[in-house]
Amino acid sequence: MAHQSTLIAENIHSYLKVQEEKDMLRFITCGSVDDGKSTLIGRLLWDSRLIFEDQLAALKADSKKVGTQGDDIDYALLLDGLQAEREQGITIDVAYRFFSTDKRKFIVADTPGHEQYTRNMVTGASTAGVAVILIDARKGVLTQTKRHSFLVSLVGIRNVAVAVNKMDLVGYDEERFNAICREYAELTRDLGFEEIVYLPLSALKGENVFDTSVNMPWFQGPTLLHYLESVQVADRSSDRPFRMRVQLVNRPNLDFRGFCGTIASGTVRPGDEVLVPSSGQGSRVARIVTMNGDLEEAGAGQSITLCLEDEIDISRGDMLTTPYARPSHADQFEAKLVWMHEEPLLPGRSYLLKAGSATAPAQVTELKRKVNVNTLQYEPGKTLEMNEVAICNISITRAISFDPYQENRHTGNFILIDRFTNATVGAGMIDFPLRRATNVHWQSIDIDKQSRASLKGQKPRVLWFTGLSGAGKSTIANLVEKKLHSMGKHTYLLDGDNVRHGLNRDLGFTDADRVENIRRIAETAKLFVDAGLVVLTAFISPFRSERSMARELLEDGEFIEIFVDTPLAVCEERDPKGLYRKARAGELKNFTGIDSEYEPPEHPDIVVDSSSASAEELAEQIVRELFG
Amino acid sequence: MRLTHLQQLEAESIHILREVVAEFENPVMLYSIGKDSSVMLHLARKAFYPAKLPFPLMHVDTTWKFREMIEFRDRMAEECGFDLLVYTNQEGVAKGVNPFTHGSALYTDIMKTEGLKQALDKYKFDAAFGGARRDEEKSRAKERIFSFRTSTHRWDPKSQRPELWNLYNAKVNARESIRAFPLSNWTELDIWQYIYLENIPIVPLYYSQVRPVVERDGMLIMADDERLVLKPDEKIEMKSVRFRTLGCYPLTGAVESTAATLPEIIQEMLLTKTSERQGRLIDHDQAGSMEKKKQEGYF
Repeated sequence: MAHQSTLIAENIHSYLKVQEEKDMLRFITCGSVDDGKSTLIGRLLWDSRLIFEDQLAALKADSKKVGTQGDDIDYALLLDGLQAEREQGITIDVAYRFFSTDKRKFIVADTPGHEQYTRNMVTGASTAGVAVILIDARKGVLTQTKRHSFLVSLVGIRNVAVAVNKMDLVGYDEERFNAICREYAELTRDLGFEEIVYLPLSALKGENVFDTSVNMPWFQGPTLLHYLESVQVADRSSDRPFRMRVQLVNRPNLDFRGFCGTIASGTVRPGDEVLVPSSGQGSRVARIVTMNGDLEEAGAGQSITLCLEDEIDISRGDMLTTPYARPSHADQFEAKLVWMHEEPLLPGRSYLLKAGSATAPAQVTELKRKVNVNTLQYEPGKTLEMNEVAICNISITRAISFDPYQENRHTGNFILIDRFTNATVGAGMIDFPLRRATNVHWQSIDIDKQSRASLKGQKPRVLWFTGLSGAGKSTIANLVEKKLHSMGKHTYLLDGDNVRHGLNRDLGFTDADRVENIRRIAETAKLFVDAGLVVLTAFISPFRSERSMARELLEDGEFIEIFVDTPLAVCEERDPKGLYRKARAGELKNFTGIDSEYEPPEHPDIVVDSSSASAEELAEQIVRELFG
Repeated sequence: MRLTHLQQLEAESIHILREVVAEFENPVMLYSIGKDSSVMLHLARKAFYPAKLPFPLMHVDTTWKFREMIEFRDRMAEECGFDLLVYTNQEGVAKGVNPFTHGSALYTDIMKTEGLKQALDKYKFDAAFGGARRDEEKSRAKERIFSFRTSTHRWDPKSQRPELWNLYNAKVNARESIRAFPLSNWTELDIWQYIYLENIPIVPLYYSQVRPVVERDGMLIMADDERLVLKPDEKIEMKSVRFRTLGCYPLTGAVESTAATLPEIIQEMLLTKTSERQGRLIDHDQAGSMEKKKQEGYF
């Protein structure tokens, strides 16, 4: 019995006293479609008496209508929340379930086991302390089992319960159970689990879930529930050095300045020394402030407000740490990255990286190798597709404080956010900082951009022409350059002819290569601007994010986006190099406008349409607008 | 140092509250006056102490709330010193929309869902805290803590952002917004235990008392004001009742009970056999009705 109903009925006050001391366990269940995962969770909710009469009535009706258990109750229906899934009979997202016993409150992350939903499992596992991995006793260890175990280990879970389900369908055979255990142990030897517990059970019949099974007298271990109630999660965040990322600076008046955050690891007391790695400044804790009075001590997991003895510069995103075991503070690191979006990861593209309260633009500078989650073998790759995992180098525009994820699950994680759709596209776990980040220092040069520009008597900038192939970008850019030259401006035109054959000779036309192509052009343009030149670039540059990356490399006002907005039909009609014809014939892949997307600028500085005026007129218009 | 489950839940909620305030320009807390709202308010005061709440509370008033709720709301605003915004869909009032003649579905849509959308548009809030819990209803089990809404306030279950660790993606474009749910991982039992432990004030309607009720469609409806018109076969009876959930009085069923203290309420809840949302009419209208309402912008 999950809750002691006699105590509830007879002495609610002592019952409540006991309840105050309860702790909480978050766990994830992983299994394939037919392993009986939903049935198992339904069973846990059922047996912990959290299903009420009206829900039961609804469940009985549903079981008759859409159930798969004949006249019996289909526990899986308790869980399928969204109507769309109920009709399809599959769960398509992470759901969280709750139940409790007298000892613990449980939060179950219920994740689908299909191949394409790796991202859901990583999501569910990210907050879990324990994983329950289901294996169908009839089928034994499958490819999915290996994949689930790898992902669980990747996300840092060290306690695993292997639930060998449907024992009733193999005649409660002890030898079958033992064989599966041996196979699983062998399979996961290198995954770094600290404790694996094997449990034979039948979720459908409720055997060895809450109550021991009379049909498996040979099994001496705990029931699943007993295991969940007693497992001690191997999370040593309270023994690790003090870390707290500042979420918010609380400044209600001039006399109070509190730093709010959730303690990621360690403990803190008034008088403790603390350090801010970004500035190297330190102080001591003056007070730990809460609405219920100051605390003598606070520890991992608590959300607190700290006041320091000295006025030092601290803002959101900074980390407060003990000075005796400092975190890394770097702008480059190696990480394991799980991709979570239909649009693949493109190395070189700028994403927003959020690590705790710190957010900054970042890019994957090198995709080192992909991990095949089914075979656990490494494979090369240029892009990362949804549900793929890779080891890569990441570079951030400013340094952040972190620990390796293996050492600290709370300070070694991050997400990547697409800068245009705002979607969460990746989840990462940091391996280690890259030393060269700290060793490369920018040389300060006395002769700077301004001095070079003033010598030339001009304002350096980039005129970035973008548009479809055949829109007239190069033609117009050429004319603009001629006009500027005759005005005495120092210019340089970057276009396909002088870039594709030299600097970018190694690049093809895949999305990843297009991103890299534009990145190099943007960096080159930046150097030329630094040299004091007016740079003209004429490339299709189809993606908003790359153009925006180019814009960000430059200072305000230096990047002029010129959209040559000639209709596709006109461009195709012109087809100066015969490329559209080839693309239509299927001889040319990834051709912008045909089978690769062009994302028009949202706020171009200048828009011209070469189907409505001559190139000469348009060049004149551009020069007048910018240099007139 | 081991945290109890309530300490862990409290810390998580405070983290969420602070994250929204740090990331958004114009947040608001939707205050429904119920027990979950009371807990959320209490957590917010803790999160920002000693500062006052850095956002206003907003109550979308359908004009059909229990009178005691409105009294409680105004008293809390005064005692806690928060900014209170009250918004009512005036179009709905002008058209005389009410739960009796328009039916619960249409009424809820106009006075609650539409009212909420109008209010969010009017004040241009980019984040709104709600007290919803994942354990309340099946379609909520998959709800994110930061739940993205389009510029027309729609919720698309298929394009929700994955949420990992305690990292919440707070990026929205102009006119888009999020609903943030700091109580996502609390259960009804947690809420009651926390109210008990922290001594949080709640609307007296939660405690049993002899009240005038009428039996209608299998529910006990309280005669809270003269707008409740009795049907020929109905009569008002005085019964010892309390409410497990609070909303618009004509749509909220009372339960017969003698539980007049928090421990008694918790005791009754643990020994009871019906789930919390059954007292609400709107969930029973059609299969998957909560999911539909959410897609349209209901909380």
